[in-house]
Amino acid sequence: MTYDLVVIGGGPAGVAGALTAALAGLRVALVDSGARLGGQYFRHTAAPSAESGLARFLRLGRMLGERADLLLRHQAWHVSRDGEGDFTVHCNAPGGGPVAVRARRLLIATGAHDRPLPFPGWDLPGVFTAGGAQALLKGNGVVPGRRVVVGGTGPFLLPVATGLAGAGARVLGVYEAGGGLGLAGHPLLALGKAGEAAGYAASLVRHRVPYRTRRAVVAAHGEREVEAVTVARLDQDWNVLATRVVECDTVAVGYGFVPQIELGVQLGCGTRQDVDGSPVLSVDAAQRTTVPGVWAAGEPTGVGGWEQSELEGRLAGRSIAGRPAAGVLTRRRDRGRAFGAALQRAYPVKAGWQGWLRADTLVCRCEEVPLARVREARDLGATDARSIKLLARPGMGWCQGRICGYAVSCLAGEPERPPRRPIAQPVALGALSDLAGAANGTPGSSSGHGTPGAQNGTLGGTAGDTTDKTAH
Amino acid sequence: MSDVIVVGAGVVGAACAYYAARAGLDVTVVDRGPVAGGTTGSGEGNVLVSDKEPGPELELAVLSNRLWRSLAERHDRRAGAGRHGGFEFEPKGGLVVAETGEIQRALVELAGKQGLEHSLVSESELRDYEPNLAEGLAGGVHYPQDAQVQPMLAAARLLRDGADSFGRGTLHLRLGVSVTGFLRSGERVTGVRTSHGDVLGGAVINAAGTWGGEVAALAGVTLPVLPRRGFILVTEPLPEPLIKHKVYTAAYVTNVASDSAGLETSAVVEGTPAGTVLIGASRERVGFDRTTSVPVLARLAEQAVALFPALRDVRAIRSYCGFRPYCPDHLPVIGADPRRPGLYHACGHEGAGIGLAPATGHLLAQVLTDQAPDLDLQPFRPDRFSEESL
Amino acid sequence: MTFHITIDGRRVAVVPGQTIGAALHAAGVRSWRTTRFGGRPRGLFCGIGVCFDCLISVNGRAPERACMLEAAPGDEVTTS
Repeated sequence: MTYDLVVIGGGPAGVAGALTAALAGLRVALVDSGARLGGQYFRHTAAPSAESGLARFLRLGRMLGERADLLLRHQAWHVSRDGEGDFTVHCNAPGGGPVAVRARRLLIATGAHDRPLPFPGWDLPGVFTAGGAQALLKGNGVVPGRRVVVGGTGPFLLPVATGLAGAGARVLGVYEAGGGLGLAGHPLLALGKAGEAAGYAASLVRHRVPYRTRRAVVAAHGEREVEAVTVARLDQDWNVLATRVVECDTVAVGYGFVPQIELGVQLGCGTRQDVDGSPVLSVDAAQRTTVPGVWAAGEPTGVGGWEQSELEGRLAGRSIAGRPAAGVLTRRRDRGRAFGAALQRAYPVKAGWQGWLRADTLVCRCEEVPLARVREARDLGATDARSIKLLARPGMGWCQGRICGYAVSCLAGEPERPPRRPIAQPVALGALSDLAGAANGTPGSSSGHGTPGAQNGTLGGTAGDTTDKTAH
Repeated sequence: MSDVIVVGAGVVGAACAYYAARAGLDVTVVDRGPVAGGTTGSGEGNVLVSDKEPGPELELAVLSNRLWRSLAERHDRRAGAGRHGGFEFEPKGGLVVAETGEIQRALVELAGKQGLEHSLVSESELRDYEPNLAEGLAGGVHYPQDAQVQPMLAAARLLRDGADSFGRGTLHLRLGVSVTGFLRSGERVTGVRTSHGDVLGGAVINAAGTWGGEVAALAGVTLPVLPRRGFILVTEPLPEPLIKHKVYTAAYVTNVASDSAGLETSAVVEGTPAGTVLIGASRERVGFDRTTSVPVLARLAEQAVALFPALRDVRAIRSYCGFRPYCPDHLPVIGADPRRPGLYHACGHEGAGIGLAPATGHLLAQVLTDQAPDLDLQPFRPDRFSEESL
Repeated sequence: MTFHITIDGRRVAVVPGQTIGAALHAAGVRSWRTTRFGGRPRGLFCGIGVCFDCLISVNGRAPERACMLEAAPGDEVTTS
């Protein structure tokens, strides 16, 4: 069966896009790796409390469930486009088996993940990304630790800190590397989000959580897990001016977000550099990417928060259903985009963080590549992030550079390139090989086959034999 | 002003620069990208003798195999033992396996003609070599000389060691510099034009790999080097090595020499020091198209699982593709170009560039210093292609 | 309304919908594997399936991301 639309991602953008298209009468499937809809922002436990924003999202999710096929716990690892312009989304189903979802149109709503910066000790258990600490709490109801330090840059640190404090953790401080004005001058205020900012400020005060700017967690200490951190006072370029040690059992750090665009890159969608340097998918006024039949909404088109994502999802859904773009929606979307860009400008990552690293600080956690090996690769003639990866292996491991990619690009002195990850999620070789039978019979597949007989050599011909066996 | 300008900082260019510097020549290497940014960075690092039919390429492979060993030993003598040459040199040996008795007979016949060190492996002995091999295979041939290197590190080390260790010649590396044309005095090449100014030299070596035809065209000569796409699957790192040798099926030998434009695949499976398993090999003529083909990846997985059933539950975490530079007769182009004095070629090594690089560099250094080359370069001469083959 | 899984033989209560990683954390276990080269302890980091630090073997199967995998009654979890 071929759907009219398959949406990848079940957060605010994906659900809004899928629902808009389904309400317009399209046959829609939505794929998400999680057990429940929500994405990062509306992540919730299996028995969610009825907080207002979430209740609305859950209602939308239920509406969608009645009108579309929800493929939850499905990890999309590759998207391809065939000769007729239809798309196949290759997924790992629960348990690891292969599932291929076909559709005429595609909406990429894959969200973003935290952007961490490396520092000595950042791989100790007890150090989380800000989103990771929040996911443990929001998605599982588990408080990540007792004595927590929150650090990084950007407005996201505020809900993380207030969420942890509200759940009973003692938040020892929120250390915002940027700024310089404190909460009173917080950019959220300047950007017309006074209510939101005031809410966070009141919550921090209520829980006696100090909020300090020009401070950062520059090292974590401990044997088996984190026991203390070094908090530094920074100059405006984030060079360390002074330090002190804070005892804690948990750290939550985040320096912005990395839009997840690799499925778009697989299809050849055009990209642009966002204000913060992140590669994002280029879209037009109707959220269309540069590849016909492919739309994108939410963070993959530029980080802007959940409301912006939902709006872009609605716009995409309308466009996919052939409806004209309503001016009121596009104007709101454009204002929201300007807001997102302003936030990125208000919280830049400054180069001084590189001075926090020691020679033995791991840059790549998967392949355990320390800074010294990155430097050695540069000495050997690696002039860009890709060749540093080829020579020293950062980004070659399990996460394929999602965690260290930004840092390695900074160390290479270049903006981050669009990620090439033809296999976006690990796939069992058995499951992959099961596709061989089906794939060999697919007309118009990009591989093509030689003229009959040409591929059987004089010696072997196993490949040809296999084709014949499985094609029928 | 250098004695030699090498265009291309892949493994072949690095080997040319290394041996030229060692021969006392001043060398400048230019590349539009970083070290090993082209086909070298997309290879498996094969240093194979076993897959060559008897003939000039096999002779080149045997010489090169010996040179890789001595390069690794030389590096380890300076840097300390156990460094694997600084480029993960692994003399692990190759095991070619046959699915049927008929294929095994063909393998045995080939081994007899090659004149290489080898052992015939019977059906019952296969698992002494590779305990995890599938049942039902007919036998195989073991080639102890087959080896592997980490190709990017190998290129980088050759350039570094070439620059560091030889007092007579110097080696300058200029990265991010694109060659845009050639400087000529009459017919003779006297240097290259680049995006960063002219570079003068007594000789220019075209080591541009898959892009060797384009570089030759800038010098006004034709060289039929074309891309042949190959995909490689990379698995998750395994806690225990599953595969000891480089293991491949007999179909690999025939596919390498095939002229088909369509997709050909054969199982080539091996472990790496990083714990991952690399799975190849596919060959297609599709130009420089990087679009990932799931059917090709599925075929590679299918063949690898057929050979090593334990791989079924192992996950692929990455894949990449590269473009092997091939010539119509599947032999590389090595030597002086009689049509353009001062221009030398070292390209078109197809899927064997890593393995053949040292011999290529060594032979060219001999030519450049007016010594008789250790091997006859006639089969590799740049003007061997007739008009109709172009 | 909870069920149980075992962590290295120890019985641990789990709230339905919790991931294996969350269940481990709730039981006070913060690391459950060591790295290949440095032998460094690892547990949850990104918490959303991106970093693969939290790989763990459940019921003897190949390692999976503890932050993605929902616990099921009777799951046997082995740390290393």
